[in-house]
Amino acid sequence: MAKGVKPRVKVPKTAAAGDIITIKTLISHKMESGQRKDDDGNVIPRSIINRFTCDFNGENVVDVTLEPAISTNPYLEFEALVPEAGEFTFTWYDDDGSVYDTSKKIAIE
Amino acid sequence: MGSGAILAAGLPLRAWAVGEEAIAAFTGGAPVGEGDITLTAPEIAENGNTVPIEVSSGSASEIMVLALGNPTPSVATFKFGKLAGSRAASTRIRLAGTQDVVAIAKLEDGSFVQAKATVKVTIGGCGG
Amino acid sequence: GKWGRIAAQQALTQDQLLQFDSFGNVCLMHITDIHAQLKPIYFREPSINIGVGANKGAVPHITGAEFRKMYGIDDGSYAHYALSSGDFEALARGYGRVGGLDRVATVINQIRSERPDALLLDGGDTWHGSYTCYHTQGQDMVDVMNTLKPDAMTFHWEFTLGSDRVNEIVEGLPFAALGQNIFDAEWDEPAELFPPYKFFERGGVKIAVIGQAFPYMPIANPGWMFPEYAFGIRDEHMQEIVDQVRAKGAELVVCLSHNGFDVDKKMAGIVSGIDVILSGHTHDALPEPVLVGDTIIVASGSNGKFVSRVDLDVRDGRMMGFRHKLIPVLSDVIAPDPDVAAVIDSVRAPYEETLAEVIGQTDSLLYRRGNFNGTWDDLICDALISERDADIALSPGVRWGPSLLPGQDITREDIWNVTSMSYGAAYRTEMTGEFLHVVLEDVADNLFNPDPYYQQGGDMVRTGGLGYRIDITQPQGSRITDMVLLKTGEKIDPARIYQVAGWASVNEGTQGPPIWDVVESHIRKQGRVSVAPNTSVEVVGA
Ligand SMILES: [Mn+2]
Ligand SMILES: [Mn+2]
Repeated sequence: MAKGVKPRVKVPKTAAAGDIITIKTLISHKMESGQRKDDDGNVIPRSIINRFTCDFNGENVVDVTLEPAISTNPYLEFEALVPEAGEFTFTWYDDDGSVYDTSKKIAIE
Repeated sequence: MGSGAILAAGLPLRAWAVGEEAIAAFTGGAPVGEGDITLTAPEIAENGNTVPIEVSSGSASEIMVLALGNPTPSVATFKFGKLAGSRAASTRIRLAGTQDVVAIAKLEDGSFVQAKATVKVTIGGCGG
Repeated sequence: GKWGRIAAQQALTQDQLLQFDSFGNVCLMHITDIHAQLKPIYFREPSINIGVGANKGAVPHITGAEFRKMYGIDDGSYAHYALSSGDFEALARGYGRVGGLDRVATVINQIRSERPDALLLDGGDTWHGSYTCYHTQGQDMVDVMNTLKPDAMTFHWEFTLGSDRVNEIVEGLPFAALGQNIFDAEWDEPAELFPPYKFFERGGVKIAVIGQAFPYMPIANPGWMFPEYAFGIRDEHMQEIVDQVRAKGAELVVCLSHNGFDVDKKMAGIVSGIDVILSGHTHDALPEPVLVGDTIIVASGSNGKFVSRVDLDVRDGRMMGFRHKLIPVLSDVIAPDPDVAAVIDSVRAPYEETLAEVIGQTDSLLYRRGNFNGTWDDLICDALISERDADIALSPGVRWGPSLLPGQDITREDIWNVTSMSYGAAYRTEMTGEFLHVVLEDVADNLFNPDPYYQQGGDMVRTGGLGYRIDITQPQGSRITDMVLLKTGEKIDPARIYQVAGWASVNEGTQGPPIWDVVESHIRKQGRVSVAPNTSVEVVGA
């Protein structure tokens, strides 16, 4: 597992049923592109977050495929429909097989 | 004014070919028109290593983003699920130099549309 | 000179310079781009300022006699001296120095005595540009500006103090630090420390002042010094803010901008609902506002040389009319304010001896402004080539830095006034001819791209030891041709490696002695400096 990988998300604490909310996510990750060389001229192996998903109460919001052109500390912003109270789950998939996740509850106003 | 590296304007033919291949894989060879897709990107990148972009469409089920001037053009593909609040998303990307960024949307009716934005990546320096 | 006698005969008075028939119910005062010039200086306006695209031949891209003709300015008048180029040396000897924040204070106090609720708005580039500003990390300017009691400010070079220092100063500022386009880079949200606008109630009018910081901060300056922040023009967000303040009852919307003039013009055509743009960054001084739709754009010069006064009649939630004057701060005519003079003296006191040390003399007029070169930059390039043993020198096309008249001593303060910055390492590096071409093309596009939103302000990078031809009508990549190594007359070979010295690199970790030491050492060796006319750039398509 890569070191120092820390997911962060911004989700409103409450919404009205049927609201559309904005979600922002960041994960600290170097996103090594596989195109850089070290001081000895050896290619530094690719090591990136290659997929991100966001689900709400088991239903998908977005499913994103990420390539090496995504910047260090991948940032994703999108909107979600909130039909009811529940929990968002966020999952990041690392090239090295690691999976990072976090979740946020949202209440109905 | 930089002593740092900047990629020359010329783009290897291979990268174009890779970009074409990625588009063909996404569209299955279907024609790509214009229409329900917007790509928002800055005129000038504040930092070529982290360029904010936003894709937006009214009826896309998927949107693929390509940076045709990068050695590897693929950037990301967004698939919108049942609870997507809109068919829009933002992220930050690396650009190896001034180039066109392209977003291709697969609409719910199965057709494909694309939008382009030119982003200038500059050496910087100077000022008033 | 031919104007010296006429100037002396004019016997200008402070009352004449400040004369203004009060108008309407709102009064705005604008100062901008002071670049830490606390004391009176000489400042020569450019004799070349090429406009491109829709701005070709439009102000501020008109200079010299053509500019005077356009505005009905008499040759040899104080307005000629202050606002345009031509006969600069003679007029400078006749009219004397300009600026000095103690004189600026007198102008502001005089306006306030007529209009106690006048707003004072500072367009930024305030905490940068001098020896004392560098050594106090901007504290000298903060202390002196606080005595002028501004109501709001926006920003550019301030950020080159580094974000920790900027945050520290801004947290303690007794006035609003505005920037609708200053965002938190991580979450892409408005930065809390810099509100987008502030409301003022003056003369019974609800005024919203919206700040617009320099949009290209991390491009034109080292972004690694303030990585927490993102900028950009963000005209959509500007429109949202204008709509928001109008909805909250703003009757007058003022944008305190550091966009640069052409960018402001374009923005005024896109964003609706702004009454007044107080424009900074490109250092233009215009005797009349420029009208774009219903928006007036006011340009107030630089280096403490001018104060703009704009009186406005605002009724029924609308700007019904205005009266404007660009007041030249002629420092021999306007009396210094004693209280502010005392503060200036006290912030300078610890450094006076160092500042005043004479390094050499100049036989030539030393100035900076101009699209392609200025004699100060020629001298700096000479210093770089000789002190850093280089083939070619590159010097940034900044627009700040006062002028020196022939025969003047060059003091350490004078050298710092044209070189001071927080990233002043004079690097020496190898560049291929091809890369040099890329550099020139890149900077040329910042200046001559026909779309103002691609223009970052500033001028062409100055070159020493290198000549070229530029066709400004061409696209990026095709403007620069006929690059020549001046010392041999040979064409620049794309494949060959050249030794290049320069300064003000935006790259982190740039190594080299400070540029002010390089220039000081060079001038000391010369004793008297003289700068030959520069014919190394051939300009086509202007
Ligand atoms: Mn300035
Ligand atoms: Mn500026």
